[in-house]
Amino acid sequence: MAGWTRHQGLGVGLPFENIDTDQLIPARFMSAPRSEGYGKFLLHDLRHDGDGAAIPDFPLDDPAATGASILVARRNFGGGSSREAAVYALVDGGFRVVIAPSFGDIFAGNAVNNGLLPARVTEADADALLAAMPGDLAIDLDRCTVTAGNVVIDFEIDPVWRTKLINGWDDIDLTRAHEREIRDFIAARRAARPWAWPREVGA
Amino acid sequence: MSAPLTLFDKIWQAHEIHAREDGASLLFVDRHFVHEGSHHAFRKLAERGQGVAQPDLTFGVADHYVPTRGRGKDHAATTIADPAIARMVSTLEENAGKHGFRLFGLDDPRQGIVHVVGPEQGLTLPGLVINCGDSHTSTHGAFGAFGFGIGATEVAHVLATQTIWQKKPARMRIRFEGKLAPGVAAKDMALAWIARLGTDGGRGAAIEYAGSAVRALSMEGRMTLCNLSIEGGARCGMVAPDATTFAYLEDRPFAPQGTAREQALADWAELVSDPDATFEREVVIDAQDIAPIVTWGTSPEDALPITESVPDPARAGSASEAERIRAALDYMDLRPGMKLSEIAVDQVFIGSCTNARIEDLRAAAAVLAGRRAQVPGLVSPGSSLVKAQAEAEGLDRIFTEAGLEWVAAGCSMCVGMNGDIVAPGKRCASTTNRNFRGRQGPGARTHLMSPIMVAAAAVTGHLADVRPMLAGRL
Repeated sequence: MAGWTRHQGLGVGLPFENIDTDQLIPARFMSAPRSEGYGKFLLHDLRHDGDGAAIPDFPLDDPAATGASILVARRNFGGGSSREAAVYALVDGGFRVVIAPSFGDIFAGNAVNNGLLPARVTEADADALLAAMPGDLAIDLDRCTVTAGNVVIDFEIDPVWRTKLINGWDDIDLTRAHEREIRDFIAARRAARPWAWPREVGA
Repeated sequence: MSAPLTLFDKIWQAHEIHAREDGASLLFVDRHFVHEGSHHAFRKLAERGQGVAQPDLTFGVADHYVPTRGRGKDHAATTIADPAIARMVSTLEENAGKHGFRLFGLDDPRQGIVHVVGPEQGLTLPGLVINCGDSHTSTHGAFGAFGFGIGATEVAHVLATQTIWQKKPARMRIRFEGKLAPGVAAKDMALAWIARLGTDGGRGAAIEYAGSAVRALSMEGRMTLCNLSIEGGARCGMVAPDATTFAYLEDRPFAPQGTAREQALADWAELVSDPDATFEREVVIDAQDIAPIVTWGTSPEDALPITESVPDPARAGSASEAERIRAALDYMDLRPGMKLSEIAVDQVFIGSCTNARIEDLRAAAAVLAGRRAQVPGLVSPGSSLVKAQAEAEGLDRIFTEAGLEWVAAGCSMCVGMNGDIVAPGKRCASTTNRNFRGRQGPGARTHLMSPIMVAAAAVTGHLADVRPMLAGRL
C-alpha cells in the first residue's frame, strides 16, 4: 500500500447521520471476489430503487460530483458490521478520504489499512463543508487540515493511524520484526497459564 | 505499590508483547474465530504465500451463509442449491483443510453461530484476547475476555502472526444498579444505554458492565449485553468473571479441567477492576427504571419503551436530528405520535448471536405456549446444540404449534446472507442486533426487541407490552 501526505480532489456531500456499513455495501454483494471491483456496490441500496433503477438526485450521482475522491458526511459514519468490504467499495469507487464528525471504530481501522483517511471534524465544520459540496478540497495529512477555497479546517486522526497512512505501512511486515519476541511471549504464557490453551479434544 | 487497574488493563498487560513509542501495542491473540466471510483474509494470506501461524488457536465456524432449511445429517456444502453460497461454505472448508485448523462445519453437530459456539464449547474463557472478523465478537466479553471484531486485513494479520496491533482504548464503566422488573431482559438494558448515549456513545471504548443488575444476569444475559456493545460504538464490552461464569464453564469440552481448571480459577479470581481503578467515563443506570424496549427507526439508538409513542421530528433538538427522524420514519412507514403498540407487524424472527441461546428460546416459548401467532415467523436457534437441547425440552413443538417455523442454526434472517430475508416493505419484530435499512433484506423494516417481546408481537400481530401476558409463565 502506497503512503500519502497530500491529496487534492473533488468533494461530495452525503448529508446523513449513521451511514452504517450495511448501507456502504449490502451484505448480498460480499461473496464477490475483490478482483471484480467493489465500486459498483457502493451505497447500492440508497442509490437504487427496488427495481435497480437509479434514484434521482442522489448526491454521488450528481454530474457535478463525477470523479469525487473525498466524501463528507455526518456523525457515526461506518458504524455496524466489521465488513472491510465497505472500505473496498469506497476505495474502488475512487475515494481517498471520508470527512465526518465521528466514525465506527472498526470501519476507521479498516479504512487506514486500505489507505483511506477517516478525518474527524466538528459537527459545525462538517455542516460548513457539506454546504460547500460538491467542491474542490485539499487534504494535508502532515498538518491535519482540510482546505476549501480560503477556508482551512483542522481535522483529527489518531497519531498512530496518521503515521501509518503517511508511510503506507503494512502491519504484517512490521510484525515480522518482532517474531522472536512473539515466540518468547508464547512460550512464557504457555508455561505460566497452560489453561489458556484449548484442552485437547478428539475430532 | 502498583497503580490500581481495571479489568481491561489487567488483560491488556497480560497480552502486551511489544509497546511501540507511538502508542500502538502488539497483543497476543488467544483465540481466533473465522467464518465464511473471512475469504478476503485467506486470499490475502495466499497472495503473500503465508500460512496460519497457530492453527491450534484458530477455529472455523460455518454460520453467515449456511442454509437453515433442508439440512440433514450428511449435508455437505456441495448440496447447497445457490452456487455463490455453496462456494462460500466450501471455501471455508478448503481453507480449514489446507491450514489445518478445526472447523465446526455444516455437518458438525456443534455447528452454529460463532458467538454462540465459542462459549458453548468452552473456547471462550476469562482473561483471553479473542478476535473474529465479525463486529459482534464483543459477545465473548461476557466471560471477562477482551473480545473484539476486526476487518479482513487484521484477520489476515492474526492468521499470519497470532497477534494484533491495538491502541489502548478509553475505559468506560456502565453500572446497572438495582433489580430489573419482571419482563425486562438484558436486551432492554443494552437498548436502554444505547438510546441514552447514542450509537457513538461508547465510541472506541472498552466498556465494563457492572452493578447488581449485571451480577444477577445469567451468562446468556451477559452475552446479550456484551454482544450489543458494538451497537453503542464500543470496541468491546466485558463483565468481570464470577461464580456464574465459573459454573457455566465447568465441563465445557475445550475448557480446562482438573489441575488446569484449579489454576485457571486462581488466575480468574484476579480478573476484577481494583477498587480505586479509574475509568475515563462512568455511567450509572437505575435497573428498575428500565421497561421493555423496542426500536422504531433505522439505528439501534432509535429505541423507546413500548409504552411510548413514535417521535415527532418537529420536536427534535436540531435540524439534522429532525431530518434523520423524518428519513427513518419515511423508511419505516410510521406516523409521528402514533403509539408504538399500534405498529402492526408482518412477521417475526427469533434468532442471531444476540438472542438465540437456550434461555432466549425458553423465554419466548413461555410466552407462546398455548397461544397462536397472528403472523408468520422463523425461529433459528443459535447453534445445533441449542437446537437439540430445545427439542429435548419440547420447545420446538411450542413454536410450531404457535404457527412459527423451526429451522436450523445460523446467522439466518439477522443478516440475510443465506437467503432468509424479510421481503421489501415488510415489517419484522426481531430479536437481532441491527435495525439498519435493508439489514434483513432490501426494503425490510426491522424492530429490535427481546425474545419475549417478539413472542408478544407474534401473538398479538403488533408491537405489544409483554408484561400483562406473563402471568404465571416466567
